[in-house]
Amino acid sequence: MRRDLILRIVTKLVLPFILLFALYVHFHGDFGPGGGFQAGVIAAGMLILHSIVFGVRSTKHIAPQGLVEAMIPLGVLIYASVGIPALISGRNFLDYGVFDPHHTPHGHHLGILMVESGVLITVFSTMLAIFYAFSERGRS
Amino acid sequence: MIVLVMTVLLTLLAVITIVIIRQRSLFAVVILTGVYSFLMASVLIVLDAVDVAMTEASVGAGVSTVLLLATLYLTQSREYPQPRPAIIPLFVALGIGGALIAGTFGLPPFGSADTPIHNRTAPRYLAKSIEETTVPNVVTSVLADYRGYDTMGETVVIFTAGIGVLLLLLGRRRRYSSETGEEIQGE
Repeated sequence: MRRDLILRIVTKLVLPFILLFALYVHFHGDFGPGGGFQAGVIAAGMLILHSIVFGVRSTKHIAPQGLVEAMIPLGVLIYASVGIPALISGRNFLDYGVFDPHHTPHGHHLGILMVESGVLITVFSTMLAIFYAFSERGRS
Repeated sequence: MIVLVMTVLLTLLAVITIVIIRQRSLFAVVILTGVYSFLMASVLIVLDAVDVAMTEASVGAGVSTVLLLATLYLTQSREYPQPRPAIIPLFVALGIGGALIAGTFGLPPFGSADTPIHNRTAPRYLAKSIEETTVPNVVTSVLADYRGYDTMGETVVIFTAGIGVLLLLLGRRRRYSSETGEEIQGE
């Protein structure tokens, strides 16, 4: 695979657009289909494609294994902590209205985006960590 | 038109399922599973469930195909033929399949609007989503706002599943840490 010129060049060209599409799916999830889950899978797919063409070792330079594994609980933590401010100000858990008390719908919009970011981080890192784990097994 | 498209897609799905069952080369099975997922995504697009179609295409055809290929890299890529015909599993499969088909006759007609699922909370979500959350995509507002607590549970499920698979796969990491070998670089 290392000398497969066309595959390497095309992959290099395509990778940023896949990442851009993942970000589009994430931030445009309020208006079109998609959301944090789909964006996380697409972003993980980008790095998996990178590691298939350029080798797992070079992908681990971009996304170190320890960082990816730490991001799995981080996403859940982000999701849960979005609900905390509402609890403190006496509302229900995960009531996003607290983020903009003057215009509640806007706060809801913001809360949805933050929560989806948590989903994105967990899904992305889970997919990638499992792939890393598989590639690790190949060494045995 | 939709009936024609659905007929073609579902026929292809059935054909691919039969080919997967009869195929002995696991590499071909993995690729055909990816094809199956893409066809399923097309079916879901025809049914106007674009969010689910997107998930099916990216998870079913994308990531899981790669993970199955990685599994093939670690094991063998040919299935051993069954030593003797499996009679009991055949009857179990036929029985469960028949029960499922019999169960579909109890469902309300496809696409009917007066079923309970369309008449309890769904109209309220549809009417109030933009007013309450400024989010036009009701799927997102139901998922992340009205049912935000459920989605948090789902995220925890992904977290738990990921940790479990990682423990299974990396449990023996230390024993091999001194050895260096090759890494996966595709087929």
